[in-house]
Amino acid sequence: MEIVYSLAIGILTGSGVWLLLRPRTFQVLLGLTLLSYATNLFIFGMGRLTLYKAPIIDAATGATSSALYADPVPQALVLTAIVIGFATTALLLVVLLALRGLSGTDHVDGREPKA
Amino acid sequence: MNALLRHLVVLPVVVPLIAGALLFFVPEARRTIRVSLAGLSILIQLAAAVALLYLTSDAAPYIWPEGVGVYAIGGWPAPYGIVLVVDRLTAVMITLGAIVSLATLVYSIAQWDRPGQPFHSLFQFLTMGLNGAFLTGDLFNLFVFFEILLASSYGLLLRGQGGARVKLGLHYIVINLAASLLFLIGVALIYGVAGTLNMADLAGRAAALAPDDRALLDSGAAILGIAFLVKAGSWPLNFWLPGTYSVALPPVAASFAMMTKVGFYAVLRMSTLMQEYETLGAALFYTGLLTLATGTIGMLAAKQLGRLVAFTVLMSMGILLSSMGLRNEALTAPALFYLVVSVLTTCTFFMLSGMAERSRAGEKQSEVEDHGEDNQPTYSAYGIKKPTVYEFSDDAGVAIPAVMAFLGMMFVCCVLLVIGLPPLPGFLAKFALLATLLQPDASDVTSPSSWLLAGAILVSGLASVVALSRIGMRVFWSLASRETPRLRLLEAAPVASMVLLCLGLTLVAGPVTRYLGSAADSLHAPATYIRTVLSQETRREKAGEPRP
Repeated sequence: MEIVYSLAIGILTGSGVWLLLRPRTFQVLLGLTLLSYATNLFIFGMGRLTLYKAPIIDAATGATSSALYADPVPQALVLTAIVIGFATTALLLVVLLALRGLSGTDHVDGREPKA
Repeated sequence: MNALLRHLVVLPVVVPLIAGALLFFVPEARRTIRVSLAGLSILIQLAAAVALLYLTSDAAPYIWPEGVGVYAIGGWPAPYGIVLVVDRLTAVMITLGAIVSLATLVYSIAQWDRPGQPFHSLFQFLTMGLNGAFLTGDLFNLFVFFEILLASSYGLLLRGQGGARVKLGLHYIVINLAASLLFLIGVALIYGVAGTLNMADLAGRAAALAPDDRALLDSGAAILGIAFLVKAGSWPLNFWLPGTYSVALPPVAASFAMMTKVGFYAVLRMSTLMQEYETLGAALFYTGLLTLATGTIGMLAAKQLGRLVAFTVLMSMGILLSSMGLRNEALTAPALFYLVVSVLTTCTFFMLSGMAERSRAGEKQSEVEDHGEDNQPTYSAYGIKKPTVYEFSDDAGVAIPAVMAFLGMMFVCCVLLVIGLPPLPGFLAKFALLATLLQPDASDVTSPSSWLLAGAILVSGLASVVALSRIGMRVFWSLASRETPRLRLLEAAPVASMVLLCLGLTLVAGPVTRYLGSAADSLHAPATYIRTVLSQETRREKAGEPRP
């Protein structure tokens, strides 16, 4: 599972970085989105990958051994990171449209490169 | 009373949060209420910051005897809960931030906060992010406060019209988003290895890690460091900075004066806490020198005052980073003094540049600000009625007497501050740095890198004399088609008071230096900080209080 997981993060990061370095604003936006997916998966993975374990202590069984539970902190961190990333990406989208409207091109520098 | 005073720590975060939220609900037309609410919030922050400055000093040992105050939010003790920590460095930074905010707020009331985008709310959130980043004792909350600060800075930066601003705003947002992702990766890596995000707890656990884990932790810290250096504007991660700062409206650029220093603060705090001061040195020294070089060369090349001031930001950051990279603990106090002076200088200079460039508005309008109203096809494309935009007018307001003499005088003061000539404190700051640099160590040698930095500081000073006098001649003496600009008192007053404040700083340089010295000492002895933060828990259990 770890291999698949880390491969997924790697592929997302690689494509994200490639898109981030492209000259069109929409590609940059998608690149940032992919990178933030990769980062979120990475944060989640840092809480160790486990199966069938809840992050909240089960009052019914009363079991308190930490081996029985998943680490709740990275899950909380991921949640925050997703929300913040989503909000800032939305803002970036607005700026992207404004630049497109003002300059008439979707190049990140606001003008087409000379051929 | 003491119990109430403990709550002072949270005020700099909570007050702007509430004020910023309330400001959304006050209609634009109720200008008096908006302005007084915003001003009140900044004044409360300033009062709280000064109180913290006093309470952490040796003069007031009854609340926080060791100068470190911990505020557990919601009563949850560290390392499980989130804590705000105030020590001397934090108190200095918050006070500095409040002074800058007050000056820029007064300046912006003159005309810059007119309808358009919600200026006052964003401004409050910016100060909240700044204060929170200085106060927090937790890495993830540092990230959150950074994001608050950046999100409001995006909004403030895009204020006003023009394609150049939107283009550079886009670059700024993309770079900062990428840096934030690096920040998150660093934080996650550190959590994965050490199992904690509390900075004090982390410092304790880092020492006990196995070598393999330690390597992972160090790489996490390095990634985090890159994110901080992007914000600090360190070479080679600073190409966004001059353009962005010079297209921002003057009060916005002035309030950004603290923003690069947050990055520096974070590097300083983490490296001293985690005892990475040693390993970090060489890298910081050379990137610092290169930042200084970029700033100096950029200053010489700059054609507009605003852009030149942006390069002085890089120059001061270069001096700060490389002096930190020398791993000489005696340098920290002079570097902090230099930081204080450079923040005040940058803020004043940006505000001044807004007024001085106005006199040349006619000739440069097309060059920098393509204000063009019809240049906005977005509105028609989306079928939106074009909003009424307040025109920033150049000739409104009462002309204060002898405008050119006033502007020229203030310009000279700013120049003296940047290049470091008496009687303004720029001189004291640079002198203290150079004196400490050239002081021979135990074996009676001054290291070559100290000589290198001392030389670099002097050369950059000389270059700034050249650059500033050239731009001064261009702005003030080139008489072609100029009209005497009209200023508002509200714009002139903050600039003049900042210069007076700097002058005052020279007069009380002794006590200030002593305070900064004790701040530097407590930075280099992090044991107190760590013990105070972590002892919250034990204290609670001893007292037999139930866990919340």
